[in-house]
Amino acid sequence: MKGIRRTLICSALIAAAGIAASWEARAEVVYNRGNSADPETLDPHKTSTVYEAHILRDLFEGLVAEDAAGELIPGAASSWTVSEDGLVYTFALNPEGRWSNGEPVTADDFVFSMRRLVDPATAAQYATMLYPIQNAEAVNTGGMPADQLGVRAIDPATLEVTLAEPTPFFLELLTHQSAYPVNPASVEELGSDFIRPGQMVSNGAYTLTEFIPNDHITLKKNPEFHDAANVAIDTVNYFPTEDRSAALRRFQSGELLSNDDVPVEQIGWIRENMGEQFISCPYLGTYYFTVNTQKPPLDDVRVRRALSMAIDREFLAEEIWGGTMLPGYSLVPPGINNYGEPAYLDYKDLSMFDREERAAELLAEAGYGPDNPLRVEIRYNTSENHRNTSTAIASMWEPLGVQVSLVNSDTATHYALLRERGDYDIARAGWIGDYSDPQNFLNLLVSWNPRFNYARWENPRFDELMRQSAKTADLDERARLMQQAEAIVAEEEPYFDLLTYASKNLVSPKLKGFVCNTLDHHPTRFLSIEP
Amino acid sequence: MLTYVARRLVGAIPTVFFIVTVAFFLIRIAPGGPFNLERPLPDQVMANLNAVYHLDEPLLTQYGLYLVNLLQGNFGPSFVYRDFSVGQLFANGLPMSIQLGGSALLLALLVGTAAGVLAAMRQNTTADHTIMAGAMVGLTIPNFVMAPVLSLIFAIWLGWLPAGGWGDGALINKALPVLTLALPQIAIIARLTRGSMLEALRSNHVRTARAYGLPAFNVVVVHALRGAMLPVISYLGPAAAALLTGSVVIETIFGIPGVGRYFVQGALNRDYTLVMGTVVLISVFVVLFNLIVDLLYAWVDPKVRFD
Repeated sequence: MKGIRRTLICSALIAAAGIAASWEARAEVVYNRGNSADPETLDPHKTSTVYEAHILRDLFEGLVAEDAAGELIPGAASSWTVSEDGLVYTFALNPEGRWSNGEPVTADDFVFSMRRLVDPATAAQYATMLYPIQNAEAVNTGGMPADQLGVRAIDPATLEVTLAEPTPFFLELLTHQSAYPVNPASVEELGSDFIRPGQMVSNGAYTLTEFIPNDHITLKKNPEFHDAANVAIDTVNYFPTEDRSAALRRFQSGELLSNDDVPVEQIGWIRENMGEQFISCPYLGTYYFTVNTQKPPLDDVRVRRALSMAIDREFLAEEIWGGTMLPGYSLVPPGINNYGEPAYLDYKDLSMFDREERAAELLAEAGYGPDNPLRVEIRYNTSENHRNTSTAIASMWEPLGVQVSLVNSDTATHYALLRERGDYDIARAGWIGDYSDPQNFLNLLVSWNPRFNYARWENPRFDELMRQSAKTADLDERARLMQQAEAIVAEEEPYFDLLTYASKNLVSPKLKGFVCNTLDHHPTRFLSIEP
Repeated sequence: MLTYVARRLVGAIPTVFFIVTVAFFLIRIAPGGPFNLERPLPDQVMANLNAVYHLDEPLLTQYGLYLVNLLQGNFGPSFVYRDFSVGQLFANGLPMSIQLGGSALLLALLVGTAAGVLAAMRQNTTADHTIMAGAMVGLTIPNFVMAPVLSLIFAIWLGWLPAGGWGDGALINKALPVLTLALPQIAIIARLTRGSMLEALRSNHVRTARAYGLPAFNVVVVHALRGAMLPVISYLGPAAAALLTGSVVIETIFGIPGVGRYFVQGALNRDYTLVMGTVVLISVFVVLFNLIVDLLYAWVDPKVRFD
């Protein structure tokens, strides 16, 4: 009898332990997160895509961070001061800052990391992010040793950064993933293998535990993170979701709690059936056509303005892109920090009827009409939406007697042609801002930036305004100078600004804390999941 | 037979070498390079990248470097997935593609052969017409239509199976991709088996076997099916190579981390080493599977000899 009782008690204890263990397992909060593509790398200094930025934002923390709404907040640095001339930034590191191995995050770690980013041997695609720092460009081009970079550790808790010239958006630059620190000891010991799961030492809210290419990336909460007490999600699984329709099905079946894109061709159905689970907000990007301003007849500003004027942006945004883009009338998208309202095209508020009439007049002035039809070629990179956009624009130009031919090529070929100054008339392009500042967009057209200036457009007044703005520390004055520069672009139209990007997120009602912002940044540390 | 196998394998080396050479120069002719991204890179950054990946060296030097590395079993670093070498990507992805393709091939072989034999045995009956109609559907509906339809039914409406993901290779995660991958192969094998089975059933040796009063199972399986499988075996070589190296569509739709996606991604991204790696991989698979098919053929048909 005693034996039976003992057996029963043991069984009850085992069962209770089992229940407790399973309860503990259930209590783990797991977030399955769709991410449009796999990262090309998880090394913050070799990174280049927005897909890997989402993951790196969870793994690492820069000197300055962003909150759920995309506003600047202290990160690895708890505070900072800027010298009166705007050249010297002094950061006081957060005393609670720890690497995932428990060691403190020091100013020397940032010195090491910034030098590593600009070292030519690293071959960092975003080394230019640190170019505002004194000597950064010279180091990156091999003309100076890395220890000449204008960064130094005053003591383990204080970092001083000296800039070459005032850069009012410098703090915004520091939120970019390429400005994140890496752990010097692990990089020196493991070399390029320091990013391997189980080996990576990071200072963000999460640590890397698994990376199976094309399958998933698993991050676990970092108990050493200074704000770990407020991090609600224990595990994040990032799933690459290249096929947007498949991702939608996985979201519908509950396998994913969010995805950062949707199939545009199903947008009507999504709006009708997904309700508030589909969240679309203005995004920091401009979709445009670049015009070869050195090739007749597009070297004539009247021709460029006529063609641009006749484009119905509202139709493109609503009908071609299903409302997942907004009509665009400026190179700098609205809602950007340090700017105010962009300089819009002056015909923004005219009716399409008036615009078409004015466009016909301009073309006639330039010598084109039924007897001498204008012939242009539009090039676009392979995508259903780019093709539809180009086709729609070709048909909008038809009433003006413009004859359009369309040429499609894959992305690599398309951009190689634009960058290497190949022959073209009009070509599709787009620009997503890396940081919230108008300079990021307007710099696309400065004459000393030939690889970016696809339009081959040169305007001394524009260049001068951009030079002046770069040297101006007063944010209001700087914004005024850049608005004047943008107004010249709006007048001459080397680019046809067509659409402003909008983010397209699927978010389960269970996922809390997801806040719309123009950067479309949503660090997992600010999210939580309702059971 | 070992001599025959060795001779075939050694004989394949020049073929693979020729394919590698042609592929190496063809991919370099294509406009654009691995760093011609949608977002342009500054000149200096481009120069740094080219130096790190030896792209600033003459093409012949790069070709020589590639061959030397390849002979040492090194496929080189991926230009796009920079945390991995091409070898590591294959080591991760190939087992999954093999599991997926192997399961699909086995399923296709079992179901396709059974359906084909049944259709032949019941020629011109409802069973035959149903099987052939099903095979026609399997052949004509492309994967990219079949996959979403199946996941809509089984994952979203019924909620029985996951809509995607590998799930560390769980059976439940493999069900839909294997089925989708197998369906067209089932259709082809069923049609091939039916045709050759009909011919075999009318052949003299089967008629003789029947006349001797052998049991029907013996007649069908031992005497008729053995010969009828020859066209199916011939088909298995290229089918196996295609299935085992993955299906781009299936892997993309179901989020399977196999090697199939690298074929297309590598080419579109101008990831030179990844493209070359996939070319080598496919070449080797084709050579191997053709050899296996020839050996199988000889085993099934004793008239074929290894000389």
